[in-house]
Amino acid sequence: MAVSIYLPAILAPLADDERVIEIAVLGFQDTVGSAVRSLTERYPGLAPRLVDERGDQYPFVAIYLNDEDIRFVGGFDTAVRDGDELSIVPAVAGG
Amino acid sequence: MATTLAPNELSRYSRHLLLPEVGKAGQAKLKEGRVLVVGAGGLGSPALLYLAAAGVGTLGIVDFDAVDVTNLQRQVLYGTSDVGKDKTRAAEAHLNDLNPHVRIVRHAERLSSANALTLFAAYDLVVDGTDNFATRYLVNDACVLTGKPNVYGSIFRFDGQASVFCTDEGPCYRCLYPEPPPPGLVPSCAEGGVLGVLPGLIGVVQATEAIKLLLGVGDTLIGRLLLVNALAASFRSVTVRRNPSCPACGTHEISELRDYDAWCGTVAVPDGVPEITPRELAARADRGEPLQLIDVREPHEWELVHVVGARLIPLATLDAEWHTLDATREVFVYCKGGVRSARAVADLRKRGFDRAYSVTGGILRWREEVDDALIAY
Repeated sequence: MAVSIYLPAILAPLADDERVIEIAVLGFQDTVGSAVRSLTERYPGLAPRLVDERGDQYPFVAIYLNDEDIRFVGGFDTAVRDGDELSIVPAVAGG
Repeated sequence: MATTLAPNELSRYSRHLLLPEVGKAGQAKLKEGRVLVVGAGGLGSPALLYLAAAGVGTLGIVDFDAVDVTNLQRQVLYGTSDVGKDKTRAAEAHLNDLNPHVRIVRHAERLSSANALTLFAAYDLVVDGTDNFATRYLVNDACVLTGKPNVYGSIFRFDGQASVFCTDEGPCYRCLYPEPPPPGLVPSCAEGGVLGVLPGLIGVVQATEAIKLLLGVGDTLIGRLLLVNALAASFRSVTVRRNPSCPACGTHEISELRDYDAWCGTVAVPDGVPEITPRELAARADRGEPLQLIDVREPHEWELVHVVGARLIPLATLDAEWHTLDATREVFVYCKGGVRSARAVADLRKRGFDRAYSVTGGILRWREEVDDALIAY
């Protein structure tokens, strides 16, 4: 029972160069917020890049639950289930 | 009067004419099409090449830069003999040779709040090939205000994004990212690097979307964000929704262009950090003075080139390492161009290093003033 979190290249160095990280879920009461918390507990260096000082989402880091931007479906309170995929999609500006 | 294609154009575009989705009528639409490419760099190069080859009739190019040797690893519009030339002139020469039926309009200037609306008004759509957040928000807001689609692409290291923003039915860039990251949080490609073929992949997607929009065929990336991971060979797309409270395309609170550099905090160098020029510092080293010289770049940059006698302490590790420095002596800090070193010096001074100095212009200026045998990157 797990969700997969996909990190972009820019953040992978803060997670031992892993780009896909499995986070165990209990199957109930799990949310995007609790999955992100588990991730930042495992890799504390990621925390300031994913959430602000109050633990809220940044406006320049989109988080997708499967195909949906979580801001449009319930933010960090959105429920997650076994097999869900969370993608971290920060703004990049290179050209 | 309907646009007509000369016999030599019909031959040139024959593979298009064979496609029912294009045909003569579609090719005439492309010839009537006017596309403005903002930034003739990594993304703009492949986009311009394919748009010109496809026969888009008018191609505007906005770029104020000159071709640099470090561009050639990915900016395939230029050759070695173009180094030092104005990008729009070099681009015009290559594109004229590729397809003389295309009219190239050079805009050798920086896109700004003062010129964006006038520039955009003369085109059907805009291809965003810029390389910084301030210009990306400027492109987006100007597209919303002028009603022009924003064919977006962005890259970093091995990851790329592409979408089509600012159409009547879809979201804009601000719906996806309401605000830019604070300066310094996200490195630029000049600091973090980029795989040379990645802007090729993304720039060609942008050209594809621009051509589809002009032709009015297929499903475009309106409402979707294409995510490319070159290392994993993965292409996937996610939904981008229109945000009803978006200040640009939702509430229209943004009714005119603003000062995007100030809003994005583009000038990230802390104010008033004491500096020393490479020339002054090298003169002191030549006199045999023992110097406490710190390099705050990343290890891979250090491996590429560094100043002999310096010590590597990447900026991110300064927090853990500063106590190993001698605060009773002067500390000289350099990086690539002077931004990271200024931040390090501001930090060191807060910790009581009253004689910490940032080396002006970093190792790039060191190369110019002191040692031209060093590699530029």
